[in-house]
Amino acid sequence: MVSEAKSPPNAEQPESDERVRKVSRLNRLLARPEFGAGLGAVLVWVFFAIIANDNNFASWTTFAAIMNRAAPLGILAVVVALLMIGGEFDLSIGSILGFAGMTIMVLTFPSDSGGFGWGIWPAILAALILALAIGAFNGVLVVATKLPSFIITLATLFIFRGLTIALTRMFTNRTQLGSLDEASGFGLADTLFASEIQFMGATFRVSILWWFAMAAVATWILLRSRQGNWIFGTGGDANAARNVGVPVSRVRIALFMGTAFGAFLVAVIQAVQFNGSDTLRGFGLEFQAIIAVVVGGTLLTGGFGSVIGASFGALIFAMVKQGIIITGVDGDWFQVFVGGVLVIAVIFNNYVRQKAAQR
Amino acid sequence: MSNSNTTAPLLEIKNVSKYFGSVIALQDVSAFVRAGEVTCLLGDNGAGKSTLIKVLSGVHKASEGEYLFDGVQQDFDSPREALELGIATVYQDLAMIPLMSIWRNFFLGSEPTTGWGPFKHLDSKFAKETTKNEMAKMGIDIRDPDQTVGTLSGGERQAVAIARAVYFGAKALILDEPTAALGVKQAGVVLKYILQAKSKGIGVIFITHNPQHAYPVGDHFVILRRGQVYGDFSKEDIPLEQLVQMMAGGADLEVLKHELKEAAQEGGADADAYAETADEIEAELIEMGKKPEEQGES
Repeated sequence: MVSEAKSPPNAEQPESDERVRKVSRLNRLLARPEFGAGLGAVLVWVFFAIIANDNNFASWTTFAAIMNRAAPLGILAVVVALLMIGGEFDLSIGSILGFAGMTIMVLTFPSDSGGFGWGIWPAILAALILALAIGAFNGVLVVATKLPSFIITLATLFIFRGLTIALTRMFTNRTQLGSLDEASGFGLADTLFASEIQFMGATFRVSILWWFAMAAVATWILLRSRQGNWIFGTGGDANAARNVGVPVSRVRIALFMGTAFGAFLVAVIQAVQFNGSDTLRGFGLEFQAIIAVVVGGTLLTGGFGSVIGASFGALIFAMVKQGIIITGVDGDWFQVFVGGVLVIAVIFNNYVRQKAAQR
Repeated sequence: MSNSNTTAPLLEIKNVSKYFGSVIALQDVSAFVRAGEVTCLLGDNGAGKSTLIKVLSGVHKASEGEYLFDGVQQDFDSPREALELGIATVYQDLAMIPLMSIWRNFFLGSEPTTGWGPFKHLDSKFAKETTKNEMAKMGIDIRDPDQTVGTLSGGERQAVAIARAVYFGAKALILDEPTAALGVKQAGVVLKYILQAKSKGIGVIFITHNPQHAYPVGDHFVILRRGQVYGDFSKEDIPLEQLVQMMAGGADLEVLKHELKEAAQEGGADADAYAETADEIEAELIEMGKKPEEQGES
């Protein structure tokens, strides 16, 4: 009941009001989930700009290369950020990406070679429907079994990767399919998903615009819509949210469908851009996406985070990769670097959150 | 039970029992609250308070007995149904989401929107202003509705939860140990909010194990012990001393007195107030026929 530990803060509250206000304003900037990742992106850029000065890292063309590299991961990071703020994981997005890509390829592949000979647009529509169905399947399974989504999506990671390989081989007897450009309707798809834009002397891919559009829409949903409030509530404390009438199950299922949609979009972009796909496409991307999101300031436990931060996370990922390539350092070191950045980011995030929660 | 006030009860349970397998959690429990009154459900740990709250809030269905709201028999399948009728429950721990801002918490699940079609969005300006105003009505000046709830004290969190329930039109307010985790001062603040809710015509069911907190605000006292009603009193029929004795034979008062004395010795701004209260309690204990240092037992 009465404890000495609790009395002092009460006692000092009235007179220290002004001081508290100032501290909290500074902390609020620090506590913005994207603050750390934004600062990190600047630091990583400066780091490579100095050590890779001879290799022209700090140039417009290198910046374009970084952005092109970041875009697919950025799209995934955006949808995974929403899901993780909602308190769930999705390890299956790499598999959904591979499944959606091969769905498009098998459906458009000439029928005399084991495919279905569809036009590209019906194939894309079919891939979209299948991807959303897989997302809903993940969500319903998580909601119905009450098992951790980590386990559920670990299972679907294997199920849909396996299905991708088995079905592709069953129909076409191959694991790699190309010549998507022979499918009818490819021209428009190429313009929409894979065109290149010359801007101030450097080549940018249109996938960057998809990334920005996804980030803008997701940010709007998160911060300006009722559903965004529900996502924060579901991730922050599902029971408390349910008690005040948030449809927690529906939010979760929708979020899993969202990550599946992101995987579908990247699958389409990559299939069109590379003029084909293979059964291992997207392998390991789920972890890169989670790393980008966590580096971007989203809590692993949910309830706190930002889409902009996740996008910065994807940008940091791409900068490190580009920096390692450009400086000629053995690419094997990339993973060491990524792991290091992850640890530093999580420690930094925890520190910032504790500071923010204190006042 | 004296019925000096003859208005019909707002919320009433009659002969409610709740079994979990072979365990009898509640046996033949009856209680009621009228609009604009506070009914206190008192009981020590294991008395069945938690189960009773869950029955009242619609989480559990009673195994036997009746649940009447506004005189109409109810049979809730979910807390949401109870909430829609105006029966709001504020849980001790589950009331607020610490990482979310005050205004987002306040309107969680019932967000105001503006705009139309695909541009329909949160009316955050309205939400922030309303949160600030509603809290001001409770006597709390929140510096900034964007502050996270995690930065608020325990008493302030309860206040946000109560203000929220009142704002969204609660007719009956069920409070689960709202003062349990709070210091003396903050508990007093929460008691003030309970009286404010009462003065707005809300029927408040205040669940607590602390008669000192219950007595100043309560109109009726229902004492639970081992899943059964041990006593049911109107305020005029029972003085505080007797209520305390029925609860724990004065043991709580002894502990409280000791803690207050310790706090007074620590010094600080409120030392005098603590010492004064400790003396009052000691006087009460003597009046109850106990020697000051004797630990009461139930």
